[in-house]
Amino acid sequence: MSAHPTTYVPKSAFGKWFESRLPIAGLVHSSFIAFPVPRNLTYFWTFGAILVFMLVSQIVTGVFLAMYYTPNAGLAFQSVEHIMRDVNYGWLIRYLHANGASMFFVAVYIHIFRNFYYGSYKAPREVLYILGVIIFLLMMATAFMGYVLPWGQMSFWGATVITNLFSAIPVVGDTIVSYLWGGYSVGNPTLNRFFSLHYLLPFMIAGVVALHIWALHVPGQNNPTGIPIKSGKDAVPFTPYATIKDIFAVVVFMLFFAYWVFYMPNYLGHADNYIPANPAVTPAHIVPEWYFLPFYAILRAIPDKLGGVIAMGAAIVIWCFMPWLDTSKVRSTAYRPLYKQFFWLFVVVCVILGWLGSRPAEGWYVIASQICTVYYFAHFLIVLPVLGFVERPLPLPNSILESVMGVQKGGAGVPAGANPEPHSKG
Amino acid sequence: MAETTTHVAEPTRRDFLYIATGAAAAVGGATLVWPFVQSLAPDAATVAAGAPVEVDLTPIAEGQIVKVFWRGKLIFIRHRTAEEIKSAEDVNVASLRDPQADSARVKEGKPQWLIVYGNCTHLGCVPLGNSGEYNGWFCPCHGSVFDTSGRVRGGPAPINLPIPPYSFASDTKIIIGQEATA
Repeated sequence: MSAHPTTYVPKSAFGKWFESRLPIAGLVHSSFIAFPVPRNLTYFWTFGAILVFMLVSQIVTGVFLAMYYTPNAGLAFQSVEHIMRDVNYGWLIRYLHANGASMFFVAVYIHIFRNFYYGSYKAPREVLYILGVIIFLLMMATAFMGYVLPWGQMSFWGATVITNLFSAIPVVGDTIVSYLWGGYSVGNPTLNRFFSLHYLLPFMIAGVVALHIWALHVPGQNNPTGIPIKSGKDAVPFTPYATIKDIFAVVVFMLFFAYWVFYMPNYLGHADNYIPANPAVTPAHIVPEWYFLPFYAILRAIPDKLGGVIAMGAAIVIWCFMPWLDTSKVRSTAYRPLYKQFFWLFVVVCVILGWLGSRPAEGWYVIASQICTVYYFAHFLIVLPVLGFVERPLPLPNSILESVMGVQKGGAGVPAGANPEPHSKG
Repeated sequence: MAETTTHVAEPTRRDFLYIATGAAAAVGGATLVWPFVQSLAPDAATVAAGAPVEVDLTPIAEGQIVKVFWRGKLIFIRHRTAEEIKSAEDVNVASLRDPQADSARVKEGKPQWLIVYGNCTHLGCVPLGNSGEYNGWFCPCHGSVFDTSGRVRGGPAPINLPIPPYSFASDTKIIIGQEATA
């Protein structure tokens, strides 16, 4: 759809003058107004907009928190309590930011698994998809460093555990770790640089998001059938159809977000983080935030330090190879009866890994983590490549229109606006 | 354009200038990265604060483990009982993951004093003293087990708890951060 028509014509004299100097209105018009959107998109396709909203929300609340926060090991904890108790609406801004991180990950995981289910990662969207993986990695780094800033017990020990992952690198590991710390242990220099990077990374995310959206607008969106737009009847214009639907979805998501902020603001956190950092005592049970738990379980499943670190990294890096590991010619899992079962099994394994990550590393939990870790990698390295050859997919519809309206007698006689309930499939 | 490209086979003064300029830019850029990377390393104040510290051993009772800090790193000083020393010595060294005799982990003639870094060699948590299968240390984070010599006996930790540099100034005083100059 890169050649979709730019029908934008400036009306006012100023509009013409400006457009000939900076054609930004035309860009917005072609990308977000006239852009053709598959008419069968479900609400699973609104999570991109929800994620943009979450990024903006995190940046705005974060900029305000930075006005009241002090990035110093002796003062950080106190300044966070100052925000909670003294700053007007500081509690609200901080709870929005802290829970916002979790909401960001809720939305991104739905977005990622929607992509897995409908095969959105396959050609021609590989670059779009890999940019998404990069955004996810940047999000993880940002979330981790943000969690360190309050300088509570979980902040300190989380920082210790995660930075120590780099000491597993042979030969240069210890040097790298001392460069991360700026000292001989996690301390004030570490907190300072984490604050600096925590402020920087969201803007890098914003930059990669721009590339992600740009790459999306070249092939256009995938859709629940996985087949491309073949005629204008398969599509509706972005505005008002996608715009209004996205806004509605964002509002519903804000209700969900608000529920956590106002009713359970500390549920997703750890009580230990309300204890100031103490380098002499480790909390009885170090657990990362929920959104890292599956990867944490994989780290602990391997009874070898370097091996665990490699497995954890590989668990995400392997996503980048999905477009080539998946040999099926059919994109959408809706038409892949066998893969559908494996997809849901994979989802269940990921959830179990998350639960195991929250358990202590002992007894049968370790064995269960190891089994799940093996299956996690087998999904990518065995299931995806093999199923493409052995599975017999269901017949695909001839067009998106046909999938929505049923097979039409007499073919091409249906006007695009003739459906009385165009969103009933929403 | 086509006219000039046919003569490229012969290097010109301009080619030389292009390559020289490119090389200077590459070297200059790489050089400029150096101070920024180095600024991340432990700074002068941090290094200065890492001077040796003295620890008086008199108040440490037998069987007790005391935590001290040197360079921001936690250090355990363990006053071992005769039983703990014996269990540390009666180990088949070859069977260990990181084989090291107990005698190599204490100062000669002072087997009762074990001085080790207090962060697990897996991911840096603080192991709990007098616990675990060998009554040495047990790390609650990922389950590493250490014996009464601070040697790894189980779990994901790859090596023994390291020994910091230290020396005995007298029978009851050690200096952490300074090896004896014999």
